[in-house]
Amino acid sequence: MKAAETTAAETPEVADTQGMNYLVSLPRRIVTVYVPLGAFLLVLLFPFYWMGVTTFKPNEELLSREGNPFWVKNPTLAHVNKLLFETSYPDWLWNTMLIAVVATVLSLTCSVLAAYAIERLRFHGSRYVGMAIFLAYLVPPSILFIPLATVVYKLQLFDTRLALILTYPTFLIPFCTWLLMGYFKSIPFELEECALIDGASRWQILVKIILPLAVPGMISAGIFAFTLSWNEFIYALTFVSSSEVKTVPVAVVTELVEGDVYHWGSLMAGALLGSLPVAVLYSFFVEYYVSGLTGAVKE
Amino acid sequence: MASSGTATERWLDNRHVLGLLFLLPAGVILVLFLTYPLGLGTWLGFTDAKIGRDGAFVGLDNFEFLWGDAVTRLALFNTLFYTVVASVIKFALGLWLALLLNKHLPFKAFFRAIVLLPFIVPTALSAIAFWWIFDSQFSIISWALQRMGVIQTYIDFLGDPWNARLATIAANIWRGVPFVAITLLAGLQTISPSYYEAASLDGATPWQQFRYVTLPLLTPIIAVVMTFSVLFTFTDFQLIYVLTRGGPLNATHLMATLSFQRAISGGNLGEGAAIATAMVPFLLAAIMVSYFGLQRRAWQQGGSDK
Repeated sequence: MKAAETTAAETPEVADTQGMNYLVSLPRRIVTVYVPLGAFLLVLLFPFYWMGVTTFKPNEELLSREGNPFWVKNPTLAHVNKLLFETSYPDWLWNTMLIAVVATVLSLTCSVLAAYAIERLRFHGSRYVGMAIFLAYLVPPSILFIPLATVVYKLQLFDTRLALILTYPTFLIPFCTWLLMGYFKSIPFELEECALIDGASRWQILVKIILPLAVPGMISAGIFAFTLSWNEFIYALTFVSSSEVKTVPVAVVTELVEGDVYHWGSLMAGALLGSLPVAVLYSFFVEYYVSGLTGAVKE
Repeated sequence: MASSGTATERWLDNRHVLGLLFLLPAGVILVLFLTYPLGLGTWLGFTDAKIGRDGAFVGLDNFEFLWGDAVTRLALFNTLFYTVVASVIKFALGLWLALLLNKHLPFKAFFRAIVLLPFIVPTALSAIAFWWIFDSQFSIISWALQRMGVIQTYIDFLGDPWNARLATIAANIWRGVPFVAITLLAGLQTISPSYYEAASLDGATPWQQFRYVTLPLLTPIIAVVMTFSVLFTFTDFQLIYVLTRGGPLNATHLMATLSFQRAISGGNLGEGAAIATAMVPFLLAAIMVSYFGLQRRAWQQGGSDK
């Protein structure tokens, strides 16, 4: 809430009073602003365009150096068709969705309780727990996956969706808790004091006062957690080995690449289709996502 | 009955008790799947554990072996090279993009939204797109360069050691610039426009405005953003795994991909864990340098003008 409000509130102010920019002539502005910005956008978006073009190109156009490669002459759905009906792609999508949703809900629940306890209950040692949460956020999965694999194996969770559902919170909970602590901090203490005087229990305060006010923060944390789970790679690569339980990012890399012949069309279709859910979700919640990103860095 | 109910209620209203109770679910998950494995990983680094076999303590054997191992040394060099080059360029381009987006533009919110796209889609999947873009036979970059007459034959992006290093760095930069740009943009938006007005009235050139107003005020957030960026880059795994699997001739192996190869593909858990453990001091050093180094400059900013 806080972060979203400040960006929203400041944008117009910055826009109409930004220094003496009106003194800069238009040709100069084109060279110093629009040309570099255009180049940035071109480079940043080209791989997506290229995924799209490749998805709909027939094989003979893909493997030819003649003609204009930036356009499709005879668009075809053959690659998409192959992906959806001749591979287990729909299952992988379902796995990814299931794992991401459950891991997000689990992490968000744990994080709300933890953030409220650290930020609002101020129990003995809460400051140290807050620091520990931040440090946990800095632990990268690539130094954790080997011992975590042995833990997963010992718990007999190897090659199950539950292995991923339970290990994703190791990076989701620290992130969400840290983000929610920032949001809880911005809610005035007076609201809680009034409720306490009126005889509300701590649980009622959390559910009826704090949570409704922290909805934007929870959306930010939720969107972010979902995206991080959807994109996760190294745990999904290590803890799961059967095709039926793989997630999209891992399955596209390990299952769609067969031998030396690369089916570029279906590979790109798989990459495009696997990116779409997060891209669509993101497009609906851009502000929440950005405030989550910047909020987590700013604190 | 009633009295025991109120006793429980009063007990639950004690914030210390309730605090620990609320912390319990997160705590159980984090201790079991984060703290314990972190300790276990360090321990494994000192054992000869294999997949399916608990190892025995072997002291510093793994580290001694790795120190003499040419591939590990190469991976260390690659990781440092990858991190330093990618981070510096990501910072420069990210700051530039942030400054551009901070200008008074039409459709500003729209631009900001699409700029972040490379950061939000799964890296493994965008890496697949780069794999195709860097293909040795059908690369679109080679096609375009050949048409422009810059090159005669197609470039073997991922088959030559130095080409592969630079190609993976390029893909990493592509993914990381949006993160740096958007977070720095948030920092830029907190700088009051009145500073720029005052500076303009005093006759400061745009460069001076940037150097003496923007940069000092942005330093704290630059420190945090770059700390995260260095951390992500140093521990990168999926980009390399998808694009080259560490090849050609181990030229792009990072410590993370090497530890995966040794521990999971090769079955030597102890050796892989030792490589992962060896990353920790570098990570701590990187955090210290980028965090405290930049922090100090923020403290000095008052007197460093003359």
